Amino acid sequence: MNVAVCAYGAGNVRSVMAAFGRLGADARVTSSPAEVAAADLAVLPGVGSAASAMTGLRERGLDDALRDRVAAGRPTLGICLGLQLALEESEEDGGVAGLGILPGRAVRIGEGRVPRIGWARVEPGGEAFYFAHSYAAETPAATASSEGIVAIAETGSFVGVQFHPEKSGAAGARMLERCLSRG
Amino acid sequence: MPLPRLIPCLDVAGGRVVKGVRFQGLTEVGDPVELGALYSDAGADELVYLDVKATVDERAALPGLVARIADRLAIPFTVGGGVRTVADAESLLEAGADKVSVNSAALERPELVSQLAARLGSQAVVVAIDATGGEVRSHAGSQPTGRAAAEWAREVEGRGAGEILLTSIDADGTRDGYDLGLTRSVSEAVSLPVIASGGAGSARHIAEVLDVAQAALLASILHESPARLVTLRDELRELGVSLRDAA
Repeated sequence: MNVAVCAYGAGNVRSVMAAFGRLGADARVTSSPAEVAAADLAVLPGVGSAASAMTGLRERGLDDALRDRVAAGRPTLGICLGLQLALEESEEDGGVAGLGILPGRAVRIGEGRVPRIGWARVEPGGEAFYFAHSYAAETPAATASSEGIVAIAETGSFVGVQFHPEKSGAAGARMLERCLSRG
Repeated sequence: MPLPRLIPCLDVAGGRVVKGVRFQGLTEVGDPVELGALYSDAGADELVYLDVKATVDERAALPGLVARIADRLAIPFTVGGGVRTVADAESLLEAGADKVSVNSAALERPELVSQLAARLGSQAVVVAIDATGGEVRSHAGSQPTGRAAAEWAREVEGRGAGEILLTSIDADGTRDGYDLGLTRSVSEAVSLPVIASGGAGSARHIAEVLDVAQAALLASILHESPARLVTLRDELRELGVSLRDAA
């Protein structure tokens, strides 16, 4: 199983690589659209701000590579900001156009302590995963939620998760394994 | 609200985990790579690594050691000690840290917090505050700053900090219980998550502080026996604290 982890300028991809490594996948970090197109599973990790991340994706041609993959039904996983970037837009940084893979937008979390940091249960299933975010998705494509916040959103071959499976211990490893088995 | 977190802390000096009382009389308690993996397996919700000599030695925490610890973890990892610039922080994130903690350098140059938040995102920026009698100290507790802890917490929140790691120097290493007054004053001053540190001696102490903070840092209470984390989690559940199931 060959996994392409998108590198686009900012953020820590080491923990995503380590998590796939533990599962025995052949994961590589790449900013090449051709490698992203060819991989069995493409992963869009995300740390940092929406505006600089979208700029980084566009500069490398990864925006089109990701959209084309999903259009062709190839398994693709967005993590945290990677889920938010897949939406049509984000209100972060004064408004940023997203990839438009998923319908909807990312909005600032309005309740509780922000950033929302820590382990929280995801329904259905009830397992706890680690979250660290200030913005959250509003989308009709949601398939799981956590305390009223979209935890997973899916369309076709794209799965976006708001939590960090690579940081979510055994539950996270099981979730990544399921992604690999679809690839 | 996410579930309350138990966060073992590795205070590191000279490549070894150390622990003192009220920041003094440091004694060696083990290897950071081994202890980090043991805590992770025992159900830690996160891990914090603080290089307690870095600021005094005028250097940043060591990325090589950080990477060796990070590669063994499948839980979030915060690293601090001697972080003075955005480049210091980036090299720690590249080594596998998920968040960096800043303390003395932010007190000298508060704009460092704004720069870190702009570059790394707020979720990756922890501001560590060491306080005694409600007043902030810098340089591993050695220098007074004249700032009130709650006021400083509010300022760094405005600058984009994502979490506050609040240590009571008075309670540190005593195992007599957390400084609930200090913790409450900071927690009420900000709407960021607060990690309380210093003084854990029993499950009861931890349950008390988790009423006012979102996470509890654990050091002395665990170092003699990392397996204590497992029994503590059970005792906390019996006290009605809702923790994640780590299995």
